[in-house]
Amino acid sequence: MDSVPLLELRGIEKLFPGVKALSDMSFAVSKGSVHVLCGENGAGKSTLCKIINGIYQPDRGEILLNGQPVVIRDPLEARTHKIAMIFQELNFIPEFTVEQNLFLGNEPVNRFGKVDWKAIRTQTLALLEQEGLPYKPDTQLKDLSVSDIQMLEIIKAISYQASILIMDEPTSAISTKEVEVLFSKIAQLKSQGVGIIYISHKMDEIFRIADEISVLRDGRLIATKPARDLDIETVIKLMVGRKMESAFPEKHGQPIGPISLDVKNLCQGRAFHDISFNLRQGEIVGFAGLMGAGRTEVVRALFGLDPIVSGTVSIKGKAVAIKKVQDSIKHGMVMVSEDRKRYGIIPVRDVKENISLSSLEKVRNFFGIDHRKERQRDSEISTRLNVRTPSLETLISSLSGGNQQKIVIAKWLLRTPEILLLDEPTRGIDVGAKFEIYTLITELAKEGKAVLMISSEMEELIGVCDRIYVMSKGRISGELARKDFSQENIMKLALIG
Amino acid sequence: MTNRLSDLFLAFMAKLTSKYSIYLILVAMLIICSILSPAFFSAKNLSNISRQISITTIISFGMTMLIIAGMIDLAAGSVMALAGILAVATYKATGSLLIAMLAGIVIGIGCNIISGFIVTRFKTPPFIATLAMMTSARGAALLYTNGQNIYQLDEFVVLGQGDIFGVPTPVIFMVIIAGLTWYLLNNTRFGRHLYAIGGNEEAARASGIKINQTKMTAYAISGAFVGLAGVLFMSRVNAGLPNAGIGFEFDAMTASIIGGTSFSGGVGTAMGTLVGAFIMGFLNNIMNLLGIQSYLQQIIKGGIIVIAVAYDIMSKNKKTASQLGNIEERGKEV
Repeated sequence: MDSVPLLELRGIEKLFPGVKALSDMSFAVSKGSVHVLCGENGAGKSTLCKIINGIYQPDRGEILLNGQPVVIRDPLEARTHKIAMIFQELNFIPEFTVEQNLFLGNEPVNRFGKVDWKAIRTQTLALLEQEGLPYKPDTQLKDLSVSDIQMLEIIKAISYQASILIMDEPTSAISTKEVEVLFSKIAQLKSQGVGIIYISHKMDEIFRIADEISVLRDGRLIATKPARDLDIETVIKLMVGRKMESAFPEKHGQPIGPISLDVKNLCQGRAFHDISFNLRQGEIVGFAGLMGAGRTEVVRALFGLDPIVSGTVSIKGKAVAIKKVQDSIKHGMVMVSEDRKRYGIIPVRDVKENISLSSLEKVRNFFGIDHRKERQRDSEISTRLNVRTPSLETLISSLSGGNQQKIVIAKWLLRTPEILLLDEPTRGIDVGAKFEIYTLITELAKEGKAVLMISSEMEELIGVCDRIYVMSKGRISGELARKDFSQENIMKLALIG
Repeated sequence: MTNRLSDLFLAFMAKLTSKYSIYLILVAMLIICSILSPAFFSAKNLSNISRQISITTIISFGMTMLIIAGMIDLAAGSVMALAGILAVATYKATGSLLIAMLAGIVIGIGCNIISGFIVTRFKTPPFIATLAMMTSARGAALLYTNGQNIYQLDEFVVLGQGDIFGVPTPVIFMVIIAGLTWYLLNNTRFGRHLYAIGGNEEAARASGIKINQTKMTAYAISGAFVGLAGVLFMSRVNAGLPNAGIGFEFDAMTASIIGGTSFSGGVGTAMGTLVGAFIMGFLNNIMNLLGIQSYLQQIIKGGIIVIAVAYDIMSKNKKTASQLGNIEERGKEV
């Protein structure tokens, strides 16, 4: 019977102390279809998926599998129901090998309880072969790139022969080429009758694969419609509950000043070679390229996080030596990392401490930190950047990604930097907050700051930048002026080499 | 409507229990202990408890700073003994209390600077670096004294046994160190940097914080506290005991943990540690007053540590969830 959906949720409600995370959520996935969940961060998508996967228990409502009500108490039980989930945050053990990670928690054992490594090896080889992945089963995961690991995570979920597969932003860390591999995989799974729940912020992706789209906002289901009845603008409108004026702030042709940062022949072993570029005051310069092209490595080295092997860096015409982060900061150059969790925030501390971290000496009096001055300054900057937080004493880890990112930027703005190196500044941030970040970047450029922005989203670079450098395999393969901006031109340069 | 009220009540309780839980427990203990034993709530007994806990609590404050920064000091007990012994020797040589005390503090700082150097220069885990120092410092104390206790300290005892306006001197030192720790953690860049390093060392580095310098400073300050504790201890027992302070580092850690310092780093307060030390002090005292057998006392203490930490972790999880709630509520208004 086709009318019975593979998975159906009826009137699901989930309360966390003091708040309803989900209310009256009804939702269904049919066999062989892709159901996309959209919504801003905090809309309840992840909570919903965690309920389906048994990590959370709903407070009200029921879950039906093939029309039969079931209770899913934990992820293991979800697995016996053939439900598998790929998390946004990668779950892996870096010291373990490919095969150990693939079979983690699911190791075949013999009669005496000994792990059957032979069987694991055979199955891993078969799986890797079948998926056309070039890794060896005994490679440690710490030696693979993030995108390789993401692919492994995906084939791991597939290897459970799940009939329902939940993917929480599976493309946030993989390259365009791998996205294609993933999509063809999804098409193949669909034809095998697997029902897929797919969470993503990327509109172009969503419309490529979705059969049905559900939009969530504030823990409620706003709409479920076949994808062909929707377009990007409508989905965004439904997500934010207001009409977006445009995806990018208008550029007012701010005057571009003299060269602020001049980099010549920068090299760092295998990561990048012969990198020469410049940034001018008031200019937003994009760095485009595929995953692993060496963009992140360049800004990390410039910021002093990794060593520079050779080459020169000049700031405002003066050659500077950057050996550690303090050197870079001293010269007015700051970086916002692509990995906010790792390099951006102190999760266990509150908003205020995170904002103040790099500029405490500016709110000092004779007795040490002047708490009143600090509070006043931090609340001013967080108002200016529109940080949405209950108070300055709220733990930063409880805020959404967009607000965390604004706090990281606020931390640096308090040092009034001249040069900002922004590595994927809008990664994992919802649509509304993205626009705010773009606006902020544009404003900073207008104030005369030089901004370097790495992004894997080409529309973003095209929408915000004045100039774009494209990197490929550790080298700069080209430079595009605004009039030459197009996705095709960027792609061509990114694939060179 | 009732739903809303119960939500508010839950949020209120969560705040009360998570933010002030430790003080509530302290007050509850005061009341319960006073009921259990009439001898408990007297100025003399409370003053005694303070004196008993003062020395390990002074070590606790240094330990708290290290744990906040994601480090540890297993050598505190040994270094305390070495510093105390050398302070006693200095006193015997010079007859000056002040010089003796300074000598003890300098020895404490010196030993911990060595530990800190090994941690920062060679990236050795603090557990291992200070484990080595624990063995070496004890060896040095035994070597210097040839394993013999030093007696006849004369005036030296005033530091540990004396009192000022009825308050025992070690307690006065404890209060001063508590105030100093509070000040360092709350009002200095150094304190903020400790929290940042313990909370996320890589982010701290990427924020321009001098990691090694901060870690060395933390070890040096905790070394000073350990050295002072050594001087006070030897003075209190009126002898130079090379075998003193065995296991003190663990008592110091216990007070920190009970006081809410997180072993994952980035969380902890001076007041919490002080209260944690008093909770353990009250517990020891009341068990003695009630005549509970001493081996049984150890079992009970172990249980209390587990309960305290488990409770702390649970209430923290709740707190995060309710804060998440607040933000989603906010989102709706915007």
